[in-house]
Amino acid sequence: MSARLQPHPKYEVVIGLEVHVHLCTDSKLFSPAPVRYGDPPNHDTHPIDLGLPGVLPVLNRRVVELGVRAALATHCKVHPCSVFARKNYFYPDLPKGYQISQYEDPLATGGWLEVEVSGYDAPVRVGLTRIHIEEDAGKSIHDAAIAGDAGSHVDLNRAGVPLLEIVSEPDLRSPEEAAAYLRKLRELLRWADVSDADMEKGQFRCDANLSLRRHGAPELGTRTELKNLNSFRFVEEALYAEIARQAELLDRGERVVQATMHYDPSRRTTRVMRLKENADDYRYFPDPDLLPLRIAEADIDAVRRALPEVPEERRARFERDYALSEYDARLLTESRALADFYEAAAKASKEPKSVANWMLRDVLAQLKERDSEIDATQLTPAALAKLIALVEGGRVTAASARPLVAVLIEEGGDPEALVRTRGLEAVSDSGLLESAADAAIAAHPDIVAQIRGGDAKGLNFLMGQVMKRTQGKANPKAVREILARKLEA
Amino acid sequence: MPRDRFETALAQRAALDAGRVSSAELVEQSLARAEAAAELGAFVHLQPERARAEARAADARRARGERLSPLDGIPVAIKDLMVQEGEPCTCASRILEGFVAPYQGTAVAKLQAAGAVIVGRTNMDEFAMGSSNEHSIYGVARNPWDPARTPGGSSGGSAAAVAAGIVPIAFGSDTGGSIRQPASHCGVVGMKPSYGRVSRYGLVAFASSLDQIGPFARTASDCALALAAIAGHDPADSTSLLEAVPDYAGALRGDVSGLVIGMPREYFAEGADPAVLARVREAVAELERAGAKTREVSLPHAPYAIAAYYLIATAEASSNLARYDGVRFGRRAQARSLGEMYRRTRSEGFGAEVKRRILLGTYVLSAGYYDAYYRKAMQVRTLLRRDFEQAFRGCDLIATPTAPEVAFRIGEKTADPLKMYLSDIYTVSANLAGIPGLSVPCGFVNGLPVGLQLLGRALDEATLLRVADAYQRCTSWHEQHPEPSWERGG
Repeated sequence: MSARLQPHPKYEVVIGLEVHVHLCTDSKLFSPAPVRYGDPPNHDTHPIDLGLPGVLPVLNRRVVELGVRAALATHCKVHPCSVFARKNYFYPDLPKGYQISQYEDPLATGGWLEVEVSGYDAPVRVGLTRIHIEEDAGKSIHDAAIAGDAGSHVDLNRAGVPLLEIVSEPDLRSPEEAAAYLRKLRELLRWADVSDADMEKGQFRCDANLSLRRHGAPELGTRTELKNLNSFRFVEEALYAEIARQAELLDRGERVVQATMHYDPSRRTTRVMRLKENADDYRYFPDPDLLPLRIAEADIDAVRRALPEVPEERRARFERDYALSEYDARLLTESRALADFYEAAAKASKEPKSVANWMLRDVLAQLKERDSEIDATQLTPAALAKLIALVEGGRVTAASARPLVAVLIEEGGDPEALVRTRGLEAVSDSGLLESAADAAIAAHPDIVAQIRGGDAKGLNFLMGQVMKRTQGKANPKAVREILARKLEA
Repeated sequence: MPRDRFETALAQRAALDAGRVSSAELVEQSLARAEAAAELGAFVHLQPERARAEARAADARRARGERLSPLDGIPVAIKDLMVQEGEPCTCASRILEGFVAPYQGTAVAKLQAAGAVIVGRTNMDEFAMGSSNEHSIYGVARNPWDPARTPGGSSGGSAAAVAAGIVPIAFGSDTGGSIRQPASHCGVVGMKPSYGRVSRYGLVAFASSLDQIGPFARTASDCALALAAIAGHDPADSTSLLEAVPDYAGALRGDVSGLVIGMPREYFAEGADPAVLARVREAVAELERAGAKTREVSLPHAPYAIAAYYLIATAEASSNLARYDGVRFGRRAQARSLGEMYRRTRSEGFGAEVKRRILLGTYVLSAGYYDAYYRKAMQVRTLLRRDFEQAFRGCDLIATPTAPEVAFRIGEKTADPLKMYLSDIYTVSANLAGIPGLSVPCGFVNGLPVGLQLLGRALDEATLLRVADAYQRCTSWHEQHPEPSWERGG
């Protein structure tokens, strides 16, 4: 491995990340209330989410499946028995006065991720300490503009939404590595259909632990925790700000005090939110309302078998099987839906390389223009393959076919029928092409003279003129032949 | 026509079936007796309109030749910690003042599906914490046998309501003896089912790993009907058991021959009133005469049960009661800051005993004490469960006193919580081990009822009901009733 980034000349930076991910389930972790975003406050709640007297939690099976999927995708060991525990604390958006989480016995432990960092020639392997399941709290709204008056309001739509907490080892050495790790983790979770991991919706939230030590020092320094870093940019900025703060303290010979920090993006500084000297006592104990979560080896295997190929494996396979460049393969595996689409179209077509070109050149551009995802359009892999086959077979010119991509994305349909009904079939009728060529030659004697003088560049111009006269439908090969013949004469 | 005050549910059912009485009349009679018994403090809330409408519906069904269950049209009462949609549920606590449940609890849903008519909600110790029904915002409940004495607790109101002949069946909850001890003190049958036999969804939690809903009745056969109505798996309670519910009524064969009754040596040693122990021994002798055999068994960890119980129950309670914070329901104190709102709401809303247990439980779970207290108590619990498994290899059921003494005077133990806690000395083990327990009247000491406790293997309620029923067939303790001195002019 090449040398890793050293953000500070004197101190080694040690970072570990805790990520909270919302799982994409229809209902909450322990109640049948729906998981939705953007509903009116306190709309998506069941008596269980409100913590009414007498209610009991019932574990959502789907959450366990997604948790196991995340664990396997990150090479963790899934434990056959894990235990839900109560984390007790008072806060108005925590209806029961405790959060149901996992503590002594988490769902999974001991995994790793290989993280590509820009400028490194080999990926960094980052250890995962543990993955556990827990419920989200509600939201407290103190903003008078939203709450409508001076008081604080509580929205419990989010209370009980299933979360995975994914804790990394302190294996990261720079803010850049931390951001790369988060990107990688998010990609993997999306890939495995564990979460939409939309940071703006709070579905992917990050807390960071950071400490400094002199280069080469064996023991870790005192760490601080940065809470709720809710964009990749903030993560890097906040970590750099905290590195600067801690380094300054250490340079002055002062101690770093264990604390929870708040990052102020407008001033790009961190400040102490809460000291941790009096460690919080959450009085964890096993939740007596829930049985230990037992997962059979056979069920873990079933999840493993159903797990999609991980992105790196698929990328490598695309390079190998479809003769794609690494760059193209990377673009086509950016999301699972895109990769699935490509693979289906490549299989339906005999020209996987052409399919890749069409996707990278035309399809992705159209998607970008529409800010859409491949699986949200009417375009099917079979239709794209067919369109390409029509081009390759000379039935339609590439120029005529390109606008059809947008039509297929918007409306779908059969490419062959579209070509026919829109009169886009390539013109190979030599009479028509001959007269178009004659007209182009007659209209541009100067260009003809250039060509005859030995400058072949003008040929393309004349081709373009012929194309124009045939509304782009002329078979380019035929046009080139006709022009060449006529100019030689 | 006024009917026998102490008629059983079975007799009421026969009268209903024969058309000799209507559900409307039975319910009216229960409501009237409840009103007249205000001095007993058995009820905290009556729901006459709803009960009358339900009774009419039951009568209409019967007129069509339909019957939902053997309990169809029978008046019953529920403890004020069982949630019924649309009715108040206060757990006898100020903190739940004004709370009306917006959802249905499973046990109540089952009772309604069975056609039972809930006439009202019974008094209790606040949040089921107590053994005397003295810790209630509604005031004490009184023992029908001697209104100067407590009915026991925490389900004191349910026990008193049945003992006073207001309803033939009432439901309570038992966390450490809260059904069996008041049943013993009031001279009725009370059963705590195996943990997981009855859904806890809609039972306001005291200690989640110990709580169970169970019935009170004057006879074991009524208890069998009542238990059948509420037992069974509930997908809304993850701790409820999948096993099918046996035919409890069908198990009441009337004979006990061949059954082996274990007598735990630790429970007949000392600590109990000798007169109470004598009644219990006589009851066991009666069962021997009926064909049962007895043998001594040992529960070596029984002496640690009370300590383990009060660690586990308070730990769970401290967490379960955190939700009463004034934010979403119930009482909220006015305050200028969040912290002050919490402090004042909970200081004003909870009574002394509840506060004591929240403090104990909070301490027990605190960092640095967890291993010494909570974890250790859970280990004792495992050992105790093994004790019972071992004992049940040599016997079919276990007999003990239900309580160490007969009903005590109101105010006698309130100053000494530890003494009060020892009221549960014979009952807590069943909760810790998750096994079923039943108390059946077995005589009197100084005119006050004594209860025989029968403990069974997990899910073997049928054997306990069978033995209690056989015992009641050859004894008449359950046919002795208190004088209704509490009725005004009555």
